[in-house]
Amino acid sequence: MSCCGAAPSLDEMDEVSRLVSSKLAAFLRTLRDNGFAVGLAEGQDAASLMTSGYAAKPGLLRSAFKHLFSARKSEWEKFDGLFDAFWLGRRVRSRSLAMGSAKAVNNPSLKSIQDGAQPGGSHSATDQVPSSDDAPSSRGSEGRLEGASRAENLAEVDFRKLADPEQIAQAHEVAAQLARIMRTRLTRRDLARRRGHRLDLRRTIHRNISHGGVPISLVRRQRKDKPLQLIVLLDASGSMSMYTSVFLRFIHGVLDEFREAEAFLFHTRLAHVSGAMKEKDAARALDRLSLLAQGAGGGTKIGESLHTFNRWHAARVIHSRSVVMIVSDGYETGDAALLGREMAALAKRCRRIVWLNPMMAWEGYTPEARGIKAALPHIDLYAPANTLKSLAALEPYLARL
Amino acid sequence: MKDRDDIAQALAASGYIADAELATAIALMQRLRRPLLLEGEAGVGKTEVAKALSSVHATELIRLQCYEGLDQSSALYEWNYQRQLLAIQAHRGNGDSIEDQIFSEKYLLERPLLAAIRRDKPPVLLIDEIDRADDEFEAFLLELLSDFQVSIPELGTITATSIPHVLVTSNGTRELSDALRRRCLYHYVDYPDVEREARIIMARINGASASLSLQIARMVESIRKEELRKVPGVAETLDWAAALVGLDVRDLHDAPETVHETLMCLLKTQEDKLRVTREVSERILGKVA
Repeated sequence: MSCCGAAPSLDEMDEVSRLVSSKLAAFLRTLRDNGFAVGLAEGQDAASLMTSGYAAKPGLLRSAFKHLFSARKSEWEKFDGLFDAFWLGRRVRSRSLAMGSAKAVNNPSLKSIQDGAQPGGSHSATDQVPSSDDAPSSRGSEGRLEGASRAENLAEVDFRKLADPEQIAQAHEVAAQLARIMRTRLTRRDLARRRGHRLDLRRTIHRNISHGGVPISLVRRQRKDKPLQLIVLLDASGSMSMYTSVFLRFIHGVLDEFREAEAFLFHTRLAHVSGAMKEKDAARALDRLSLLAQGAGGGTKIGESLHTFNRWHAARVIHSRSVVMIVSDGYETGDAALLGREMAALAKRCRRIVWLNPMMAWEGYTPEARGIKAALPHIDLYAPANTLKSLAALEPYLARL
Repeated sequence: MKDRDDIAQALAASGYIADAELATAIALMQRLRRPLLLEGEAGVGKTEVAKALSSVHATELIRLQCYEGLDQSSALYEWNYQRQLLAIQAHRGNGDSIEDQIFSEKYLLERPLLAAIRRDKPPVLLIDEIDRADDEFEAFLLELLSDFQVSIPELGTITATSIPHVLVTSNGTRELSDALRRRCLYHYVDYPDVEREARIIMARINGASASLSLQIARMVESIRKEELRKVPGVAETLDWAAALVGLDVRDLHDAPETVHETLMCLLKTQEDKLRVTREVSERILGKVA
């Protein structure tokens, strides 16, 4: 029986209700700790439910609270475990604390990402000072990289040759800035194109009352163009480790600036990382990321990861204005034929597929990896992305979509 | 809980077999006066909930189908421009009073959302496939759902005469905003289990016997476990059951041929059809007791 199942006599009511409400408050805290967005209104409703008979049976209370507190499928599935662990003690297996365990911290390739990013995070505060005077200019101008002089030198250096931590920090900063610039340019073009071809009768009549209702000056309108949606799939396997940290920083910027963007990380499995990447602070975002992805190292299963993406995520995240950006070297250790099939399926769904391959700019590189060979026929743009400059060169292409 | 069982029974009487959780959700929705957000795969019967609920309350069902680009003028209200223009022409000369006249109730066209809050008896308001609408519209809807009042610039504020029962459905093609999710109660509608699906078939299809319904439900359950592109929903199951009953099938084992041929009621893509070959359908049928 739950703590509040017994029917109390009237003079005990106060005592009981105080107990119940403190227990309820603790439960709300548990939920918040587990990532539920629970507000005051929900708390009040929960209290009123408990007093109106729902607390008589644990099963009933659980199902009522489940509807009230969970807001999406993942929470819906997690809720029963949490509820049982909290209200019914240890009788039921508890899954509440299983998430975010420290296991993933000592995972090799992500460790290196984290190490690479850490100076970026701490440096950014000091780096802001010199770059603050060119920040407004980059916003005001067409948004090229012209203002940043120190960044200019960096623009053509291959990411893997960036050694000293200060340079890495700068590269991160520029990558983030680049993402910001892409966003503003893309939307501005949308605005300039807006010319209506549907008549807005409401405004027309309003404006023409002074002409006695004869519609002389017409008001038109058009539906607002939806901005481009960007979906990034980043290869975080060992062979890419020299590049992942810069790209992660770029993706972090993109997710921040594009209203519609999703990010996924893959090595042997696929992980949806948009949530972790939406953390404002870049260093903390990378921290959370290392908790999310587990089991890196041991090859790249691009085909299998894409299969997971197509099956579980594609319907939700992809629409007709989606561009899928895959960042990978194409070294497939799994089944290359599967990769080909999944790329074909993906190409049917989205508007464009961009494949960025940092190795492409290496001297003497030819696309011989089995994976990339299978994928090439379905790719709309296959480009190198080993320097900041090549990353920036993408933007005009995206703007044309 | 009494009202939960009442609701489950009333829903069953109107042809919707609800599980205990859904009944709880509806009971809560009425007690707390919050909208209920139903999420789930296409074809699991989200829209049917609203229809059943409106027949339980013997009230009107007002449905707003969302689509990309849905705006206030087709969801909330619109002025009747043709009448306005006519009125302006007719009153030519005494122009002072005309503006007040043409922006009055008489010239107002109700759209679903406005209609829903102006009924005397609270209707069931179904906002279908909210994920298809733009997020601006979602924000606007949120405002309406929290205050239940609408301000029309030319006319003033209209307050709800009754608070409708609001059901919101989503297929999950777009991530909904946290604000909307928080505002609503949440229920994830899953595919029904075998027993419930059999009961649904019996409730909906005339002439479906208990044993046949159970066989169909089991068969559909195993088909859902195959790797399909488009997993059949309850609506498809009902189509299939109707087809089988129409073809006078009493027992699936007696007519494996017909079973395979009518599978097109369930499989809606070429790929899935190729995947479920005669052998596969016979294998699945073999497992069904």
